[in-house]
Amino acid sequence: MVSLNHFLILSGVLFSIGTAGVFLRRNLITVLLSIEVMLNAVNLTFVAVGRYLGTVDGQIITFFVMTVAAAEAAIGLALVITLFRHRETLNPDAYTALKW
Amino acid sequence: MEAVAFYIFAAIAVVASLLVVGQRNPMYSVMLLIVSFGALAGLYVLLDAPFTAVTQIIIYAGAIMVLFLFVVMLLNVEREDSATSVATMVGPTGMKLGAGLSVLLAIEVVWALSRLGESHFGHDAETVNISSVARIGQALFTQHAFAFEATSILILVAMVGAVVLARRER
Repeated sequence: MVSLNHFLILSGVLFSIGTAGVFLRRNLITVLLSIEVMLNAVNLTFVAVGRYLGTVDGQIITFFVMTVAAAEAAIGLALVITLFRHRETLNPDAYTALKW
Repeated sequence: MEAVAFYIFAAIAVVASLLVVGQRNPMYSVMLLIVSFGALAGLYVLLDAPFTAVTQIIIYAGAIMVLFLFVVMLLNVEREDSATSVATMVGPTGMKLGAGLSVLLAIEVVWALSRLGESHFGHDAETVNISSVARIGQALFTQHAFAFEATSILILVAMVGAVVLARRER
Protein backbone atom coordinates (compact mmCIF):
# COMPACT_ATOMS: atom_id res chain seq x y z
CA MET A 1 0.00 0.00 0.00
CA VAL A 2 1.54 3.25 -1.13
CA SER A 3 0.80 6.18 1.16
CA LEU A 4 1.53 9.89 1.07
CA ASN A 5 4.65 9.30 3.18
CA HIS A 6 6.26 7.22 0.43
CA PHE A 7 5.94 10.08 -2.00
CA LEU A 8 7.16 12.64 0.52
CA ILE A 9 10.22 10.54 1.35
CA LEU A 10 10.98 10.06 -2.35
CA SER A 11 10.74 13.77 -3.02
CA GLY A 12 12.91 14.52 0.02
CA VAL A 13 15.55 12.15 -1.32
CA LEU A 14 15.39 13.71 -4.80
CA PHE A 15 15.61 17.23 -3.35
CA SER A 16 18.69 16.29 -1.32
CA ILE A 17 20.34 14.80 -4.41
CA GLY A 18 19.65 18.06 -6.25
CA THR A 19 21.08 20.16 -3.42
CA ALA A 20 24.21 18.03 -3.29
CA GLY A 21 24.60 18.50 -7.03
CA VAL A 22 24.33 22.28 -6.78
CA PHE A 23 26.95 22.39 -4.04
CA LEU A 24 29.37 19.75 -5.28
CA ARG A 25 29.51 20.03 -9.04
CA ARG A 26 31.97 22.35 -10.77
CA ASN A 27 30.10 22.65 -14.05
CA LEU A 28 27.51 25.36 -14.67
CA ILE A 29 25.31 23.13 -16.84
CA THR A 30 25.23 20.35 -14.25
CA VAL A 31 24.37 22.91 -11.58
CA LEU A 32 21.38 24.01 -13.67
CA LEU A 33 20.38 20.36 -14.16
CA SER A 34 20.56 19.83 -10.38
CA ILE A 35 18.20 22.78 -9.92
CA GLU A 36 15.79 21.03 -12.29
CA VAL A 37 16.01 17.89 -10.12
CA MET A 38 15.12 20.01 -7.06
CA LEU A 39 12.17 21.64 -8.86
CA ASN A 40 10.88 18.23 -9.85
CA ALA A 41 11.11 16.96 -6.28
CA VAL A 42 8.95 19.89 -5.19
CA ASN A 43 6.50 19.22 -8.04
CA LEU A 44 6.13 15.64 -6.83
CA THR A 45 5.28 16.92 -3.35
CA PHE A 46 2.63 19.28 -4.73
CA VAL A 47 0.96 16.57 -6.80
CA ALA A 48 1.07 14.02 -3.98
CA VAL A 49 -0.38 16.42 -1.41
CA GLY A 50 -3.00 17.61 -3.91
CA ARG A 51 -4.02 13.98 -4.44
CA TYR A 52 -4.12 13.47 -0.67
CA LEU A 53 -6.35 16.51 -0.13
CA GLY A 54 -8.50 15.69 -3.15
CA THR A 55 -8.00 19.04 -4.92
CA VAL A 56 -6.60 19.98 -8.32
CA ASP A 57 -4.61 22.87 -6.84
CA GLY A 58 -1.48 20.75 -6.51
CA GLN A 59 -1.48 20.04 -10.24
CA ILE A 60 -2.09 23.71 -11.02
CA ILE A 61 0.86 24.84 -8.91
CA THR A 62 2.95 22.18 -10.65
CA PHE A 63 1.90 23.69 -13.98
CA PHE A 64 3.14 27.11 -12.87
CA VAL A 65 6.37 25.66 -11.49
CA MET A 66 7.02 24.06 -14.88
CA THR A 67 6.54 27.40 -16.66
CA VAL A 68 8.87 29.15 -14.25
CA ALA A 69 11.38 26.33 -14.73
CA ALA A 70 11.22 26.86 -18.49
CA ALA A 71 11.88 30.60 -18.06
CA GLU A 72 14.69 29.86 -15.60
CA ALA A 73 16.30 27.38 -17.99
CA ALA A 74 16.13 29.85 -20.90
CA ILE A 75 17.69 32.71 -18.92
CA GLY A 76 20.19 30.47 -17.13
CA LEU A 77 21.43 28.90 -20.34
CA ALA A 78 21.70 32.31 -22.02
CA LEU A 79 23.85 33.43 -19.09
CA VAL A 80 25.97 30.28 -19.39
CA ILE A 81 26.55 30.97 -23.09
CA THR A 82 27.53 34.58 -22.38
CA LEU A 83 29.88 33.56 -19.56
CA PHE A 84 31.44 30.88 -21.71
CA ARG A 85 32.25 33.44 -24.42
CA HIS A 86 34.22 35.46 -21.87
CA ARG A 87 36.27 32.75 -20.14
CA GLU A 88 36.04 29.64 -22.35
CA THR A 89 35.24 27.49 -19.30
CA LEU A 90 32.18 26.26 -17.47
CA ASN A 91 33.86 26.01 -14.07
CA PRO A 92 32.07 28.43 -11.72
CA ASP A 93 35.35 28.95 -9.82
CA ALA A 94 36.66 30.85 -12.86
CA TYR A 95 34.06 33.58 -12.47
CA THR A 96 35.33 35.56 -9.51
CA ALA A 97 35.31 39.08 -11.00
CA LEU A 98 32.54 40.20 -8.68
CA LYS A 99 34.21 38.79 -5.58
CA TRP A 100 35.52 41.33 -3.08
CA MET B 1 0.54 -3.84 -8.06
CA GLU B 2 0.50 -0.12 -7.34
CA ALA B 3 3.24 -0.56 -4.75
CA VAL B 4 5.42 -2.47 -7.20
CA ALA B 5 5.01 0.26 -9.81
CA PHE B 6 5.79 2.92 -7.21
CA TYR B 7 9.01 1.22 -6.14
CA ILE B 8 10.14 0.65 -9.73
CA PHE B 9 9.54 4.28 -10.72
CA ALA B 10 11.05 5.59 -7.47
CA ALA B 11 14.19 3.48 -7.95
CA ILE B 12 14.57 4.67 -11.54
CA ALA B 13 14.09 8.32 -10.50
CA VAL B 14 16.59 8.15 -7.62
CA VAL B 15 19.26 6.22 -9.54
CA ALA B 16 18.94 8.46 -12.61
CA SER B 17 19.14 11.63 -10.49
CA LEU B 18 22.19 10.30 -8.66
CA LEU B 19 23.87 9.59 -11.98
CA VAL B 20 22.94 13.07 -13.25
CA VAL B 21 24.87 14.54 -10.34
CA GLY B 22 27.71 12.00 -10.51
CA GLN B 23 28.21 12.08 -14.28
CA ARG B 24 31.33 13.74 -15.77
CA ASN B 25 29.89 14.25 -19.24
CA PRO B 26 27.06 16.83 -19.35
CA MET B 27 25.54 15.10 -22.38
CA TYR B 28 24.92 11.92 -20.38
CA SER B 29 23.65 14.04 -17.49
CA VAL B 30 20.95 15.55 -19.70
CA MET B 31 19.94 12.14 -21.09
CA LEU B 32 19.73 10.65 -17.58
CA LEU B 33 17.65 13.58 -16.40
CA ILE B 34 15.15 12.78 -19.16
CA VAL B 35 14.98 9.20 -17.79
CA SER B 36 14.36 10.62 -14.31
CA PHE B 37 11.57 12.85 -15.65
CA GLY B 38 10.00 9.86 -17.37
CA ALA B 39 9.94 7.96 -14.07
CA LEU B 40 8.39 10.99 -12.35
CA ALA B 41 5.71 11.11 -15.04
CA GLY B 42 4.93 7.49 -14.19
CA LEU B 43 4.57 8.49 -10.52
CA TYR B 44 2.18 11.28 -11.52
CA VAL B 45 0.02 8.71 -13.30
CA LEU B 46 0.00 6.64 -10.09
CA LEU B 47 -1.17 9.80 -8.29
CA ASP B 48 -4.16 10.15 -10.65
CA ALA B 49 -2.63 13.18 -12.35
CA PRO B 50 -2.39 12.15 -16.02
CA PHE B 51 -2.48 15.78 -17.20
CA THR B 52 0.60 16.62 -15.14
CA ALA B 53 2.32 13.47 -16.37
CA VAL B 54 1.75 14.48 -19.99
CA THR B 55 2.90 18.07 -19.36
CA GLN B 56 5.96 16.70 -17.61
CA ILE B 57 6.90 14.70 -20.70
CA ILE B 58 6.04 17.42 -23.24
CA ILE B 59 7.40 20.50 -21.46
CA TYR B 60 10.26 19.06 -19.42
CA ALA B 61 11.57 16.14 -21.42
CA GLY B 62 10.48 17.62 -24.72
CA ALA B 63 11.27 21.32 -24.49
CA ILE B 64 13.51 22.20 -21.54
CA MET B 65 15.87 19.25 -21.95
CA VAL B 66 16.20 19.89 -25.69
CA LEU B 67 17.24 23.45 -24.79
CA PHE B 68 19.89 22.00 -22.48
CA LEU B 69 21.06 19.61 -25.19
CA PHE B 70 21.39 22.49 -27.66
CA VAL B 71 23.58 24.43 -25.23
CA VAL B 72 25.72 21.40 -24.37
CA MET B 73 26.31 20.77 -28.07
CA LEU B 74 26.84 24.47 -28.82
CA LEU B 75 29.48 24.95 -26.15
CA ASN B 76 31.10 21.64 -27.02
CA VAL B 77 32.65 21.12 -23.57
CA GLU B 78 32.67 17.41 -23.23
CA ARG B 79 33.90 16.97 -19.69
CA GLU B 80 34.97 18.96 -16.70
CA ASP B 81 38.57 20.08 -16.45
CA SER B 82 40.72 17.22 -15.20
CA ALA B 83 41.91 19.45 -12.34
CA THR B 84 38.52 18.97 -10.70
CA SER B 85 38.74 15.20 -10.21
CA VAL B 86 36.93 13.41 -7.42
CA ALA B 87 40.00 13.60 -5.17
CA THR B 88 40.11 17.40 -5.28
CA MET B 89 36.35 17.75 -5.42
CA VAL B 90 35.89 18.21 -1.68
CA GLY B 91 38.94 20.41 -1.45
CA PRO B 92 37.97 24.07 -0.84
CA THR B 93 36.22 24.98 2.40
CA GLY B 94 33.20 26.24 0.46
CA MET B 95 32.67 22.79 -0.97
CA LYS B 96 33.09 21.11 2.40
CA LEU B 97 30.48 23.49 3.72
CA GLY B 98 28.19 22.67 0.79
CA ALA B 99 28.61 18.93 1.25
CA GLY B 100 27.90 19.31 4.97
CA LEU B 101 24.83 21.40 4.27
CA SER B 102 23.35 18.92 1.81
CA VAL B 103 23.96 15.99 4.17
CA LEU B 104 22.34 18.02 6.96
CA LEU B 105 19.36 18.74 4.72
CA ALA B 106 18.96 15.05 3.90
CA ILE B 107 19.11 14.14 7.61
CA GLU B 108 16.59 16.85 8.45
CA VAL B 109 14.17 15.68 5.75
CA VAL B 110 14.40 12.08 6.97
CA TRP B 111 13.96 13.19 10.58
CA ALA B 112 10.92 15.33 9.78
CA LEU B 113 9.31 12.56 7.77
CA SER B 114 9.98 9.91 10.41
CA ARG B 115 7.83 11.90 12.83
CA LEU B 116 4.96 12.03 10.37
CA GLY B 117 2.02 9.69 10.94
CA GLU B 118 1.09 7.33 8.09
CA SER B 119 -1.47 9.04 5.85
CA HIS B 120 -3.26 6.99 3.22
CA PHE B 121 -4.80 8.31 0.06
CA GLY B 122 -8.57 8.36 -0.26
CA HIS B 123 -10.11 6.08 -2.86
CA ASP B 124 -13.33 7.12 -4.50
CA ALA B 125 -15.24 10.03 -5.94
CA GLU B 126 -12.62 12.71 -5.36
CA THR B 127 -10.06 10.64 -7.24
CA VAL B 128 -12.16 10.85 -10.39
CA ASN B 129 -12.46 14.57 -9.81
CA ILE B 130 -8.77 15.40 -9.62
CA SER B 131 -7.74 13.35 -12.64
CA SER B 132 -10.18 15.16 -14.91
CA VAL B 133 -8.56 17.64 -17.29
CA ALA B 134 -11.83 19.56 -17.48
CA ARG B 135 -11.63 20.37 -13.78
CA ILE B 136 -8.01 21.46 -14.03
CA GLY B 137 -8.83 23.69 -16.97
CA GLN B 138 -11.79 25.19 -15.19
CA ALA B 139 -9.77 26.02 -12.08
CA LEU B 140 -6.89 27.32 -14.19
CA PHE B 141 -8.99 29.71 -16.25
CA THR B 142 -11.32 30.96 -13.52
CA GLN B 143 -9.69 30.85 -10.09
CA HIS B 144 -6.12 31.18 -11.32
CA ALA B 145 -6.74 33.24 -14.45
CA PHE B 146 -4.57 36.13 -13.30
CA ALA B 147 -1.63 33.87 -12.47
CA PHE B 148 -2.04 32.21 -15.85
CA GLU B 149 -1.87 35.53 -17.70
CA ALA B 150 1.05 36.67 -15.55
CA THR B 151 2.84 33.47 -16.58
CA SER B 152 2.51 34.39 -20.24
CA ILE B 153 4.16 37.75 -19.53
CA LEU B 154 6.90 35.91 -17.63
CA ILE B 155 7.57 33.66 -20.62
CA LEU B 156 7.69 36.67 -22.94
CA VAL B 157 10.15 38.47 -20.65
CA ALA B 158 12.29 35.34 -20.37
CA MET B 159 12.33 34.99 -24.15
CA VAL B 160 13.37 38.60 -24.72
CA GLY B 161 15.94 38.35 -21.92
CA ALA B 162 17.47 35.18 -23.34
CA VAL B 163 17.72 36.71 -26.82
CA VAL B 164 19.32 39.91 -25.48
CA LEU B 165 21.77 38.02 -23.24
CA ALA B 166 22.93 35.47 -25.78
CA ARG B 167 23.22 37.92 -28.67
CA ARG B 168 26.75 38.70 -29.79
CA GLU B 169 27.86 42.25 -29.04
CA ARG B 170 28.88 44.20 -32.08
